[in-house]
Amino acid sequence: MSNNFIEVKDISFSYREYDGETTSTETVIKDLSFNVKKGEFLALLGHNGSGKSTLAKMFNGMLSPDSGTITVDGISSTDEEHIYDIRSKVGLVLQNPDNQIVASIVEEDVAFGPENLGISPTEIRQRVDEALKAVDMYAYKDFAPHKLSGGQKQRIAIAGIIAMKPDCIVLDEPTAMLDPKGRAEVMQTIKKLNKENNITIILITHYMDEAAQADRVIVMDNGEMLLDAPPREVFSEVSLLKEHGLDVPQSAEIIHMLKDCGVKEDKLPLNVEECLDLLTRLIK
Amino acid sequence: MLSDITIGQFFPGKSIIHRLDPRVKLSLLLAFIIFIFATFNYFSLLLMVFSVFAIVLMTKIPVKLYFKSLKSIIVIVIFTSIINLFYGKGEPIWQWGIIKLTVGGINNAVFVLLRIVSLILVSTVLTYTTSPTQLTDAMENLMSPLKVLKFPVHEVAMMMTIALRFIPTLLDETEKIINAQKARGASMDTGNIIQRIKAFLPVLVPLLVSSFRRAYELATAMECRCYHGGEGRTRMKSFHLSKLDYISLSICAILFAGVILGNILLPAPIK
Repeated sequence: MSNNFIEVKDISFSYREYDGETTSTETVIKDLSFNVKKGEFLALLGHNGSGKSTLAKMFNGMLSPDSGTITVDGISSTDEEHIYDIRSKVGLVLQNPDNQIVASIVEEDVAFGPENLGISPTEIRQRVDEALKAVDMYAYKDFAPHKLSGGQKQRIAIAGIIAMKPDCIVLDEPTAMLDPKGRAEVMQTIKKLNKENNITIILITHYMDEAAQADRVIVMDNGEMLLDAPPREVFSEVSLLKEHGLDVPQSAEIIHMLKDCGVKEDKLPLNVEECLDLLTRLIK
Repeated sequence: MLSDITIGQFFPGKSIIHRLDPRVKLSLLLAFIIFIFATFNYFSLLLMVFSVFAIVLMTKIPVKLYFKSLKSIIVIVIFTSIINLFYGKGEPIWQWGIIKLTVGGINNAVFVLLRIVSLILVSTVLTYTTSPTQLTDAMENLMSPLKVLKFPVHEVAMMMTIALRFIPTLLDETEKIINAQKARGASMDTGNIIQRIKAFLPVLVPLLVSSFRRAYELATAMECRCYHGGEGRTRMKSFHLSKLDYISLSICAILFAGVILGNILLPAPIK
């Protein structure tokens, strides 16, 4: 048996729009294929309209590809009979935390998923407590969601998914509406879940520094795969990324500029600390 | 801030009344309303009134707060009571033109006043001591027999839960839109009533549009969390009747028996 958790094979997808007279189709995903391994931390990078949000909704069968197949843990994502199996295996966290929280008390919201799965009350209680502890929000279990900060709300939304015990969590730009502090909180939570709970993470983002923290980065442009490699390799392709309107992390850019000036350096720093080390070494 | 207003005016606490099962509280409230209006003499009426006051004191919530809930409606109550004063039948004890005062009228007035005041107080006890979430859960639970009649009990309860959840969010958003429109030069608090209503339109339209967007996203999020209606759904918090609930139910049963006995055995001053 392969250790691929999700297998994406030749999928295409287009939105059809009918404006009264003619139907226009807009292709958002073209012949995309890749696999996601169990326990992997994958970042999907691309700017707006690159088809990454559409892809997010396909992993758990919210949308079906026009052609091609997506297989999750051996089950086809379009299999109507197993749709709730797939949705409890692959949890989806959306961008706006406000619009994902259902109940007016934190712990009751976290319980919403397991309640839908028909789990016994004692086990729900246990799962809710575990999920809240996993995102460091246990102290807030009796709070009303609207009294929490954006980052805290997003962590509650993540806890709501964890309580369903998924093998994989897909996060569709979970930090786009948060302030820097909230972003850091959410990123820390995601990394912790990946390392400690061994949950496969697919992080969809347009922040380069977030993608740099993943094990592997897939760069998408206009529905096609541009690059698929570990972050260090991806961000060394500075000119290719810039050609497609994408940025690179500042630390990578500095080194790129230094290289242009003739500095010989092979190692690519991905965060501020690595960059600082490298620069001090170069100056010495 | 707008979102700081409390919905349903819940005051968390640990009193006996707070600890009662919300289903028991809700059922007893209904019983109290019926029995308050089914008192036909002073003995029964005062029995109910004293019980209501006793319950109010048992909640350990400052009495001042109960006065606040009465204040808004007391004018109407007194007005109704005064009207009733002059509509009694029987021998007038005082007359001036067509206005006449009878014993029956005075009795009517006192009954109306005490009945409505106790009614408000006992309903306030429920909303002060029970959180909105507990209330919706209790309603869903109590209405579940209606499922036989194809009444969508779960769906109604879910709608109430979501409504309660989104009231503060939408209030926040309203405030933001008002500020945004003000920044564009809209004046919200000048002019006559019609002008002000018109000025509110640019606030309502974006609010409505964003509500639809939120509803769409929430539906997606709910589907992602395997929501598929009430069938096969379990609840984390299930209700259990405790000793306290049985004791309260028994005490109230005795009280209601007292009211019925009083009605039968003692003469009724009003019909």
